[in-house]
Amino acid sequence: MLHIVNKSPLTSGTLESCLNTMVDGGDVLLIEDAVYAATAGNAFESKLTAAMGRCKVHVLMPDLEARGLGDRLMAGVASVDYAGFVGLTVNNKNCQSWL
Amino acid sequence: MKFGIVVNEGPYQHQASDSAYLFAKAAIESGHEVWRVFFYHDGVNNASRLTEPPQDDRNIVNRWTKLAEDHKVDLVVCVAAALRRGIKEENLAQGFRISGLGQLVESGIKCDRLVTFGD
Amino acid sequence: MSDNKKFMFVNRKAPYGTIYALESLEVVLITAAFDQDVSLAFLDDGVYQLKKGMQTKGIETKNFSPTYRALEDYDVEKLYVEKEAMEARGLSEDDFIVGVTVLGRAEMGKLMDEQDVVLSF
Repeated sequence: MLHIVNKSPLTSGTLESCLNTMVDGGDVLLIEDAVYAATAGNAFESKLTAAMGRCKVHVLMPDLEARGLGDRLMAGVASVDYAGFVGLTVNNKNCQSWL
Repeated sequence: MKFGIVVNEGPYQHQASDSAYLFAKAAIESGHEVWRVFFYHDGVNNASRLTEPPQDDRNIVNRWTKLAEDHKVDLVVCVAAALRRGIKEENLAQGFRISGLGQLVESGIKCDRLVTFGD
Repeated sequence: MSDNKKFMFVNRKAPYGTIYALESLEVVLITAAFDQDVSLAFLDDGVYQLKKGMQTKGIETKNFSPTYRALEDYDVEKLYVEKEAMEARGLSEDDFIVGVTVLGRAEMGKLMDEQDVVLSF
C-alpha cells in the first residue's frame, strides 16, 4: 500500500500516525509540507530513519526544491518527480492519503 | 490504468489542487487515463469561473478546464458541497459539471486507483 | 472487474472545528446505497466524532452525531476505533454514541491494507 502524507511532522502527528499504523513493507510518499520530514537534521529524522527498516520512504522532489531544501535530502529517502508519484500509485495495489 | 482523483481543497489557499493537477498531468503523460476528477468540500471552489488571479500567477481554474478539453477528463463538482459554498451553474467554469456524490463512489468502483488530495 | 469493492473511510479529524467529518458521513451514506462493502475507521482526533452527548445549540450548528446510529439502517456496521487513539483521549467504548469494534494499531493497519479504496477527508 502507498501512504501519502502532506504535513510537516514538526507541527502535525500525521506522519507519526501513518508510520505507527501502516503494515510493514509499504511505501510512504512525502508531499507538500511533509517533505520537511525528509531533510537532514530535522527533529523527526531519527524516527523516519527508524521506520526505513519497515517501509520505503520517498519524497516528491519538486515540493522539496520549492521549499529551498533540494540539497538537504537525508540519507535513505528516494526522490521522485510527479511521474514517479504516478508510478508509485500504479505499483501499489491501493493507496491512502493521510489527510 | 484508469485513475480517479479527488480534490478536497479550494485553489490558492492550499496546495492540494496544484498537486492534484500536476499528478493528473503526469498520469496522462505516462499513458494513463484520468477518468474523472471529483471536487468535494472547499474543492468545489476550483470550479468558479469568477476566479481572477493576478496575471503573473497560474490560473488554476483555466488549467483544469484545459485539461478536460485536451484529455476528455470528466470534472465533477459535488452538488451539495457546491450549493453550500455558492457554486452554481451560473458561475460554473467551462469543462466542469455539477452532480451528486454518487459520481465519487462510481470513481472508486470504476477506476483502478483513486487518489485524494486535501488538507 | 468486480463492481463490489471494499471501501474504507478513514476519519482522523474532530467534528465541528471543520466540516470534514460531516461531509465524510454524507459520502458514507451514498456509498452504502451503491451496495459496496463499507467500513469506517476512526483514528487520532477522528475518535471524537463518536462522542455521545453532543450539545450543539450553543454554536448554532446541527448535531449530526445521531447519523452514526442510523448507519445500521444502511447496512453499514463496520465501525472501527483505534485503541491507542481512544485511550490517548481519555475515552472508552462507553463514551461512544454507537457500538464500535476497538482495534489495536497493528490490526487497523492490516485492515487498511486489505481495502480497494481508502477515502480520507
